[in-house]
Amino acid sequence: MAIALPFRKGRAPRTPLDHEDRRRRMVITPEGVPLPFLLASRGARAAALFLDLAMIVGAMIGMTLILMKVAEGVGLDVEGKNPAAHAMQALGVLWIVALFLFRNAWFLFFELGARGATPGKRITGIRVAARASGSSGARLTTEAVIARNLVRDIELFMPLVFFFSAWAEGSDTDLAGWAGLAWFLIFAFFPFFNRDRLRCGDLIAGTWVVEAPKRKLEQALSTGTAARGTSAETGAQYRFSDADLAVYGEMELQVLERVLRDSREEAMRDVAQTICRKIGWSAGSGDERAFLEAYYAQLRARLETGMRFGRRKANKHSS
Amino acid sequence: MASSALARTIGGWFTKAPQQAVAAEQAALRSDRFRLEREGDWTRLDAIVTRMESGRMRKLSDEDLLALPVLYRTAASSLSIARETSLDAALVAYLETLTQRAWFLVYGPRASLWSWFKRFLGGEWSAAVRGLGFDILVALALMVAGVAVGWLLVAANPEWYYALVSSGFADERVPGASREVLHGTLFGNQDQDGMSVFAAQLFSNNARVSILCFALGFAFGLPTMLLLIQNTALLGAMLWLYHGQGLLLDFIGWLSIHGTTELFAILLAGASGIHIGRAMAFPGNASVLDAAATAGRRAAQVMTGVVLMLIVAAILEGFARQLVDSTPSRLTVGGFMLVAWTGYFFAFRRGGKA
Repeated sequence: MAIALPFRKGRAPRTPLDHEDRRRRMVITPEGVPLPFLLASRGARAAALFLDLAMIVGAMIGMTLILMKVAEGVGLDVEGKNPAAHAMQALGVLWIVALFLFRNAWFLFFELGARGATPGKRITGIRVAARASGSSGARLTTEAVIARNLVRDIELFMPLVFFFSAWAEGSDTDLAGWAGLAWFLIFAFFPFFNRDRLRCGDLIAGTWVVEAPKRKLEQALSTGTAARGTSAETGAQYRFSDADLAVYGEMELQVLERVLRDSREEAMRDVAQTICRKIGWSAGSGDERAFLEAYYAQLRARLETGMRFGRRKANKHSS
Repeated sequence: MASSALARTIGGWFTKAPQQAVAAEQAALRSDRFRLEREGDWTRLDAIVTRMESGRMRKLSDEDLLALPVLYRTAASSLSIARETSLDAALVAYLETLTQRAWFLVYGPRASLWSWFKRFLGGEWSAAVRGLGFDILVALALMVAGVAVGWLLVAANPEWYYALVSSGFADERVPGASREVLHGTLFGNQDQDGMSVFAAQLFSNNARVSILCFALGFAFGLPTMLLLIQNTALLGAMLWLYHGQGLLLDFIGWLSIHGTTELFAILLAGASGIHIGRAMAFPGNASVLDAAATAGRRAAQVMTGVVLMLIVAAILEGFARQLVDSTPSRLTVGGFMLVAWTGYFFAFRRGGKA
C-alpha cells in the first residue's frame, strides 16, 4: 500500500495539460456546489500593490499641492504666532490625520466594495476572498478586510520606514536598519513559504487573494446546421457510426471544442486529418469546419448519453 | 431551405451572441435544451452582477436586488447539473465564473466602510474591547510590573537608567539633573509649535510600540509581553528620576494629559497581541490557523480603535499640553480622558455583541 503524504491528501492527480493545478483550490459553497478558485500569482499581487501605492502617493501629493496653492492664493501663512497661523496649524494637523487615514481607507473602501479589490487589484484581475475553512466557503467579513490591511502596515511599511530612517541617520543605527530590512524581507517572502500563498495579513484575517475571471457565455457549438451533419458549404452529409465515435473520449472532445472555438485554419486541418486517419475516413479538404462540427456534436451526443447511464469515457485510452 | 439557413447565419452576425446562442428548434442535444431553458436566468444574473461590480448599486431595482440570491442559487444548481450532464466545457466554465462572482456578492461584506464605521463607534469597538477582558488584565499586570521593575532597578543602581531610557529621551533628563532643569522640561513650553509636536508624536515611539505589540502577537505573544515590560520600565525609571527631585506629581500631571489616552492605547494593543498569541498557543478545538484568524479579527477591531486613540493622544500632546500649564488642570484633563475611555469601553453597552 502506498503511503499517502498528509499534506498532499485530497489533491487530484495532475494531467500534463494542467499548468494551473498548483494554484487551484476547490471550495464548497454553502449550497454544496464545489467551485474552483485560482489563487492569484505572486507577481500579480506585487504589481497590484505597486499600482495602488503609486495611485495613493500621486493622489496625496496632488491634493497637498492643490491645497497649498489655494492657501497661498488666499494669503494664509503658517509661520508666526498670530491666531490665523494657529488656525492654519490646526488645519495642517487635520490634513496630516486625513492623509494618514487616507492610505488605510483606500484599501478598506475598495476591498469592502462589491469587487473586493482595490484599483490596482482590479487592473491585475485579482480580488480578496474569505479563505475556505476546511473545504467550505465562508463569508468575507468587514473585520477580516480590516485585519488584513492593518497587518500590511506592520509587514511592509513600518520596517521600510525603519530601514530608511536608520539608513538616513547614519552609521550608529546600522544594526536597527538591517534588522528592519530583514524584517521586511521575511514578510515580503512569506507568501513563498506556504501552500496558499498567504501574506501574514491573510493568515491573521483568514483571507486569500484569488483571480477574478469574467467570462462571456459562448455560443453553443452543437446547434449549427453543420452540427446536424450537413455541411452548409458543400452540402455533404457527415454521419458517423458508433464505431467511428467510440475511439475518442471526453478529453479529446474538449480539445476539439477548443480548436473549434479558436477557429484557426491549420489547426482544424490537422485535427480533421488526424480524426480521418483514426476512423479510416477520407473527407475532402476545404470543408474541415463542417466536418469537425459534425463530429463534435455527434461525439458529444454519444458521450452525454453514456454519462446519463453512468458510463464515462475520460479519454481515448479508457474503454 | 438553403436561403433560410443563410438568412439565419447573416442574422446571427448582427444579434448578440449569447441571446441567440441556442435557437429552440435547433437544440438536438438534451444538454442544449437544458441550457436553453435556463439561459434567461443566467444572463439576468450576469447583468445584475456586472452592474453591482461596477458600483452602480443605486441603479439596481429592488426587484433585481431581491432576485439576486434566488438567481445565484439557480446558477449554482445549473452548474452542478451541467457538470453531470453536459460536456460543453465553455458552458461549465462560464457557469463556474458566474456562480463565483455571484457568490462573492451574496456572501460578501455586508457593510460599506461608512456604515461599518458608525456601527464600530456605536458599540462594536467597546464590545470587542470587552471581549479581550482577560488579556487586558494580563497586559495591565505586565505594565504595572514593568513600571515597578524600572523603578526598582534604577533605585538600586542609577546606571540602569541609561540602559533603560534610550538616548532619544535622555536629553537633559538624566540622574543628577537639577530640580530646575527637570522643572523646565515640564512647564513653560507654550511657545512650541503644536503642529510639529503633533507630527512627531503621531509617528513616535509609542505608535510604533503599540503596532508592534499587536503584530508580534502571532509569535505566541511573548515578544508582546517583553515589549510591554520594557517600555513601561522606561516609564518607571523616569518616574523615579522626577521623584528624586520631588516632582513626581508634576511629572504625572505632565504625562497624564495625553498619557492616559496613550497608555490606554498601548494597553489595548498589548492585550490584542496577547489575545492572538493565546489563541495560537491554545487553539482548543479549532485549527491553529482558524483560531488565529478568529482572534485576529477581534484584535484588529480593537487595533483600529487604538489607531484612533493614538491620533487623539497626538492632538492632546500637540495642543492641550501646550495650553494647559498647571498640574491640577493637567491632572483633570488626563483624569477626564481616562474616565471617558473607561466609561466608553466598559459602561457603554448599546447593541453589538463580541
